[in-house]
Amino acid sequence: MPRIVVDVMPKPEILDPQGKAIVGALPRLGFTSFSGVRQGKRFELTVDGEVTAEILEQARRAGTTLLSNPVIEDVVNVELLAD
Amino acid sequence: MTETPLIGAAPTFSTGSRADAAQGLSGARIGVITFPGTLDDRDAARAVRIAGGTAVALWHADPELAGVDAVIIPGGFSYGDYLRAGALSRFAPLMERIIQAANARTATARLPVLGICNGFQILTESHLLPGSMIKNDHLKFACLDAKLRVENNATAWTTDYLPGQEITVPLKNQDGQYIADEKTLDALEAEGLVTFRYVGGNPNGSRREIAGISNAAGNIVGLMPHPEHAVESGYGPDAASGRSAGTDGLGFFTSILNTLVGGTK
Amino acid sequence: MSQPIPVANPAVNQHPDTPKFNIDTVEHATGTPDTELPWAELGLKDNEYRRVVEILGRRPTAAELAMYSVMWSEHCSYKSSKNHLRQFGDKVTDEMKEHLLVGIGENAGVVDIGDGWAVTFKVESHNHPSFVEPYQGAATGVGGIVRDIISMGARPVAVMDPLRFGAIDHPDTARLVHGIVSGIGGYGNSLGLPNIGGEVVFDSVYQGNPLVNALAVGVLRHEDIRLANASGVGNRVVLFGARTGGDGIGGASVLASESFDAGKPSKRPAVQVGDPFVEKVLIECCLELFKASVVEGIQDLGAAGISCATSELASNGDGGMHVELTKVLLRDPTLTPGEILMSESQERMMAVVTPENVGAFEAILDKWAVEYSWLGEVTDTGRLIIEWDGETIVDVDPRTVAHDGPVYDRPFHRPEWLDGIQADGFSGSIQDAARPEGAPALRAAVLELMASPNMCSKDWITSQYDRYVQGNTALAMPDDAGVIRVDEETGLGVALSTDANGRYSYLDPYEGARLALAEAYRNVATSGAKPLAVTDCLNFGSPEDPEVMWQFAESVRGLSDACRELGVPVTGGNVSLYNQTGGVPVHPTPVVGVLGVFDDVARRTPSGWVEDGQAIYLLGTTADELDGSEWANLRGHLGGRPPKADLDRERRLAEILINASRDGMVDSAHDLSEGGLAAALVESALRFNVGARVGLDEVCARDGIDAFTLLFSESQARAVVAVPRSEEIRFTDMCTARAFPAIRIGVVDADAVSLDIQRHFTVPLDELRGAHEGTLPAYFG
Repeated sequence: MPRIVVDVMPKPEILDPQGKAIVGALPRLGFTSFSGVRQGKRFELTVDGEVTAEILEQARRAGTTLLSNPVIEDVVNVELLAD
Repeated sequence: MTETPLIGAAPTFSTGSRADAAQGLSGARIGVITFPGTLDDRDAARAVRIAGGTAVALWHADPELAGVDAVIIPGGFSYGDYLRAGALSRFAPLMERIIQAANARTATARLPVLGICNGFQILTESHLLPGSMIKNDHLKFACLDAKLRVENNATAWTTDYLPGQEITVPLKNQDGQYIADEKTLDALEAEGLVTFRYVGGNPNGSRREIAGISNAAGNIVGLMPHPEHAVESGYGPDAASGRSAGTDGLGFFTSILNTLVGGTK
Repeated sequence: MSQPIPVANPAVNQHPDTPKFNIDTVEHATGTPDTELPWAELGLKDNEYRRVVEILGRRPTAAELAMYSVMWSEHCSYKSSKNHLRQFGDKVTDEMKEHLLVGIGENAGVVDIGDGWAVTFKVESHNHPSFVEPYQGAATGVGGIVRDIISMGARPVAVMDPLRFGAIDHPDTARLVHGIVSGIGGYGNSLGLPNIGGEVVFDSVYQGNPLVNALAVGVLRHEDIRLANASGVGNRVVLFGARTGGDGIGGASVLASESFDAGKPSKRPAVQVGDPFVEKVLIECCLELFKASVVEGIQDLGAAGISCATSELASNGDGGMHVELTKVLLRDPTLTPGEILMSESQERMMAVVTPENVGAFEAILDKWAVEYSWLGEVTDTGRLIIEWDGETIVDVDPRTVAHDGPVYDRPFHRPEWLDGIQADGFSGSIQDAARPEGAPALRAAVLELMASPNMCSKDWITSQYDRYVQGNTALAMPDDAGVIRVDEETGLGVALSTDANGRYSYLDPYEGARLALAEAYRNVATSGAKPLAVTDCLNFGSPEDPEVMWQFAESVRGLSDACRELGVPVTGGNVSLYNQTGGVPVHPTPVVGVLGVFDDVARRTPSGWVEDGQAIYLLGTTADELDGSEWANLRGHLGGRPPKADLDRERRLAEILINASRDGMVDSAHDLSEGGLAAALVESALRFNVGARVGLDEVCARDGIDAFTLLFSESQARAVVAVPRSEEIRFTDMCTARAFPAIRIGVVDADAVSLDIQRHFTVPLDELRGAHEGTLPAYFG
């Protein structure tokens, strides 16, 4: 069944404590090439049947109303997952 | 296998017995490791002292284990539980040493390790114990007095309990739901490695009511509830012996001291 | 023609190559006196701005404007409340100061509890941020008050949270309850601080203005007290902890929007996000710094951030400080100097370190992986000089920023509507028409009361908080007070309770504030501790409304009078104004926290019956005082006069409860407050699921009231205690000797598992528990 992916990230100006802790841990394991980490969330919405433009729009609205907290997060991507 | 327990199962602890407990055991050195964000390290050290042992503070960045006889990885939110609970702590320098020592080839050389709450999560992230913890099924942090059944008293940390004994110790976490695949769960059951099970209700959705497990050698035990918060009358859970009087957790700490004195688990 | 506001330099330490913009230097400001500055947008009034120009003898730079505007805000300067708050100091007697090591004015007060131990405690508000983003608002509220405690040199040992929400069935209330409770838990639990009490009140008057107050308490040795001052010329000034971002500078966005390339308006966070992990590390790091004696002065960064820390440290010390602002480590490199000065980013501290201790300081911070940057040094010039890449952007007398802000004598008057409200007592009102009479009605009334939003079990909330961590919690909610052991050897410890009743204060703000103190004092004494000191968080509407200002003035007068009568000084606290929506203010809500001390917490008195056969005594007398009560609230009535506070009687009741605890005369005790005797009996029974047989007739006859009034009236200075048979004579003799009314009303019945109000009704404890514990889960899941 088709799935729609919704990616949510903390807003760039908002502190991301998790990302900060992870970027601190990376060099200890020898991963020295990364100067920043921000941790977001990925949602997969399963659709029974064909994904229409209307359904994609619904996913977008679900992203901004329920899946993300618009005060501190942005929906950065909504797309149909290729099988 | 065991010495005569200095403080028996279901101990009623009083200040008077503290001196007795210390007799001959204060030589046992139990390391308590602190990570950034560890919370219950001082509580675990206090529990070791009350049981009659010597608590040795270990720092996650230490290169060596300072010659301790056993290690407690206490509860808390190491590295804020960021990424996954225990995921970042697992790579601390001292954890590498603990993993080596706990997996030593000969039984007598294997370092006894107890992981409590976040410590249990670190042990599973380290793959010293199987499975993992996810968010509680009710999605909230929960602080409650949990009733546990001792399913296996043949570990380094449980010899002072009777098989099937029911104990009450506090449980307090956000990510306390123990999960593992069915094969792993079946293997744990078959080998008798489920050490503690919740009784009287599953507080977080843990598979098969598992509250704590051990490795096959019995030197490594991990559990979500906090025995170190049930070692001192007046500051523990409510018990039949009185309000805040529960000291059911003390058996963990007397067990390891006895195990160490006995020389075997 | 006025010139455009000079833009700031986004070129900061992380990006040394970024081209520089013009900076509004002092020199530039002197040369451009006519430049218009956005002082109004920053919240300054016309007269306040003119005062700044007068102080400086020129127009302020953009950075100076930023500092004055935040430091002279209501929140930081207490400009509307200062004139009234003086009473807390003026009414303190020498006797009350006996245990006070540090009084009002520092980050938190410090109280001597004996044996060289001291305790510091304070309650603060984080109301508005918690409405905007409940989780982060409540979380950062905990973080802020805990940093106040750390900066006194203390180890934080517990927190408490008095909370007030709108109507329980309002659609927005669940959002706030879920967010605020998990925010408090998420932050406090991660810090390893037991949450030992607080309050939860639902009232539609708080709908758009939830009150989220946070109290923290810390423990230290006398010699470890640290103060916020920068002394010792040449000592270094260091900023450490989290990096500085654009947090909490919403009002300052006018500074930001002018500062950047036209196409890229700077984004500033609408809310602050807390990082409890960094705060926990800061706690341990600071305690290690204190132990190693490598800091001379320390200040946490809260409201007004670096503006506050630099100006307060400098003006409380040798008077001068020299800072290079580009050295501040930034999370967001686009911040302007003014924004950096105003930023309220969390988890930051500023310290003063002697040059000899710099190495030791850095070693400890490195161990904990805490970032730091050396900003400058202490001077004796009497000036706070802040440079931006070597150019002076601030040159002020720090006192004028930190202490010489405007003070307003706001007009106030008694609301005309109050006479009508006070004349409308509950007894005989329309809402009182169907007063429960007869056994079935009384029984139903008790169940209804105990299931009501304000009287129901708060376990759904408190079970989300860790009460065990640190291993020193001797009592926590739902007991009357939280009790924490301080010294493991001796058992020396403290008790804390916070209380307020907005409905009482609405009916009579003077009496309401006294009642808040009376209840917190009584709660602490009920646990067996001797009350020592007070902190307060005064939550009110707009001070520009003369009626609200009157409520505030009356509350302060009432609280300060009551503190003197009970001999307990206010050691610090917080004022939160402008809690109103659409011109409707919240009820005046003076939250009062009382700290008490035990020689040995082992002798604390818990609430809740345990031992079969113990005698239950009701201490105090009951009058028909239903105005403002929970029962009247359930019937939708708010009018009349609140119960009368009799502080002499409170003091005598406290002495009895403290003596009884010390000498082992009582096994449990519970104070009577909201919900009266009915609530106290039900809570005592449900605590350990142990019932009782209770008779009301003797008290009704003595006090001349009916059973309903005895059960539901909220008369003050009362408690129920359970007395072992062997202690009954000694206990009653003590009450008699102190001329304190005490009647044996019943006996603990461990077998019955019911509450039997004899000659009236019996309720099984299971039924009571179902009613009492079902409410919050029914609304919040």
